Amino acid sequence: MAAAGALGRIVRLGSSLCRKQRFIFTRSPPGRGIASCVDPAHGLTDEQKEFQEVAFNFAANEMAPNMAEWDQKEIFPVETMRKAAQLGFGGIYVQPDVGGTGLSRLDTSVIFEALSTGCVSTTAYISIHNMCAWMIDTFGNTEQRQKFCPDLCSMEKFASYCLTEPGSGSDAASLLTTAQLKGDHYILNGSKAFISGGGDTDVYVVMCRTGAKGPKGISCLVIEKGTPGLNFGKKEKKVGWNSQPTRAVILEDCAVPVTNRLGAEGQGFNIAMKGLNGGRINIASCSLGAAHACVQLARDHLLVRKQFGETLSNNQYLQFQLAEMATKLVASRLLVREAATALQGNRPDAVSLCSMAKLFATDECFNICNQALQMHGGYGYLKDYAVQQFVRDIRVHQILEGTNEVMRMIISRNLLTES
Amino acid sequence: MSGRVLVGVKRVIDYAVKIRVKPDNSGVVTDGVKHSMNPFCEIAVEEAVKLKEKKFIKEVVAVSCGPQQAQETIRTALAMGADRGIHVEVTGKDYDTLGPLQVSKIFAALAKKEDAQLLILGKQAIDDDCNQTGQMTAALLDWPQGTFASEVSLEGDKIKVVREIDGGLETIKINTPAVLTADLRLNTPRYATLPNIMKAKKKKIAQVKPADLGVDITSRLEVLRVDEPPQRLAGVTVETVDDLVAKLKESGTI
Repeated sequence: MAAAGALGRIVRLGSSLCRKQRFIFTRSPPGRGIASCVDPAHGLTDEQKEFQEVAFNFAANEMAPNMAEWDQKEIFPVETMRKAAQLGFGGIYVQPDVGGTGLSRLDTSVIFEALSTGCVSTTAYISIHNMCAWMIDTFGNTEQRQKFCPDLCSMEKFASYCLTEPGSGSDAASLLTTAQLKGDHYILNGSKAFISGGGDTDVYVVMCRTGAKGPKGISCLVIEKGTPGLNFGKKEKKVGWNSQPTRAVILEDCAVPVTNRLGAEGQGFNIAMKGLNGGRINIASCSLGAAHACVQLARDHLLVRKQFGETLSNNQYLQFQLAEMATKLVASRLLVREAATALQGNRPDAVSLCSMAKLFATDECFNICNQALQMHGGYGYLKDYAVQQFVRDIRVHQILEGTNEVMRMIISRNLLTES
Repeated sequence: MSGRVLVGVKRVIDYAVKIRVKPDNSGVVTDGVKHSMNPFCEIAVEEAVKLKEKKFIKEVVAVSCGPQQAQETIRTALAMGADRGIHVEVTGKDYDTLGPLQVSKIFAALAKKEDAQLLILGKQAIDDDCNQTGQMTAALLDWPQGTFASEVSLEGDKIKVVREIDGGLETIKINTPAVLTADLRLNTPRYATLPNIMKAKKKKIAQVKPADLGVDITSRLEVLRVDEPPQRLAGVTVETVDDLVAKLKESGTI
């Protein structure tokens, strides 16, 4: 248990024992208040509420006190993430026989939503790591699962998902990184862009071209750090997501054993897309957590800040705006949780629902966080206040794991295809 | 020695919630308010689980008194490593008037029934701040007590307890069976892990009524009124020490 976390609890316990003291900048952990219409515990089973409680506690004690520092100093919080892994957060929907926790997509969404209130950037990375671990768990053979999954679930090793290239983002299937078969190895050449964790992680799940043009020529290879020919670009400077390094991954005659291929040749794109369905729910869940935290922060600010002789909470415009924020938060949450349930049950509408959930939740939640910043007035623009970090951190959720424009492509295709 | 430890856990309003007094001043608003395990009870559970991991004791039993929701608190203890739970059902008016004396009688009866070697409680609950249950239970059982414990070690059939007292730290050695109450620095409670939460579902929680234990829970106390603490008034700036002394004499403080 980190000293910082323990001290945090002791300070909060101490201040609760003498409730007369009121610190001006007290940040009560977001999510703990009078139960209200936005309480994320509504509708959950008792067991899910317990998972959520652990995640909220972890977020409040281990992440929230550090989120600003991790952002300012661009720290990749390895120790904190390993602590999270000890609680089972390293492979939440990976099967228990290889070290995973074996929970459902809905359980996972609830957990990431709660963790996100502590630090969006770190939680988003943890979700990407989970996605990679799941891909190996689901599409790997026995040897691959046993070689990679246990270390990923414990976060002894960290993973990165490599699909995007400088020349292929939304048009992912046009990727150019080649993997030529030579004996019992593939020789890879090409580069990947915007890789989360790139350079600091140990296991790279790379989509590359083993066959002809288009999605059917793509395979999925697992490459370990230290493999000759696996290099990295400079660390990118970003507006948010600063607690995870982002780098280009450069492959120059990188030899990867054929035994590291997940699934069959030509199956790679399919594996990548299946991974992304869950990834989209996870990213949407991270947006939910940020929006929830921001609604709490805005609410608290409205109750404290006075102008024109009364607290802002008496202003009808702001009351109505807060109500709209809360409504959109709950609507987003319901869509995300329904998508998680659909994916878990392999429903025919799962892919569309995941796209809809990602599109809706990331857009609405960004607006909620942005609105919360506005409600804080000038203070909202200062880095002393957490609301600006939530805004910066979730802005990218509308872009990655499939831009919201691509989400519209998926949904409209579903509507317009003659069946 | 049975090697069994009973840990009392209380469901209280969460420490981070802003407390509101009911409009009729009869108590505090609890409906729809977030509740969790009393922080000192978490420390007590952690200590019991640690003793089991060090193989000093064999079984940890978590006990809570209250309505149906008390089972959530017991489940949290189970997820932290307790082996089984006992839910003493107390509801409605009885629950509103349940205080340290009644709870001590219940714990004393259970300690005898379960042949407990040790009873560990939090030093006080953060809702009533009574700091009485541990001491009263020890008296009812005629057991030694190690209260405000910041360090506990079992040495044979005796327990060494370092207590936090006003003057500093006091070390005592007491016989078992005994009652301990946990203070803040005894340990740092672990998080429940996801797998442990799932395993906790299979652990048993026995249901029992105070009458089954032969305990009368009628209260001898009546709460007349609950008020918020007085609003903090603005202070007065003084220029000199003489002014300060004069003001203090004026207000009757000195």
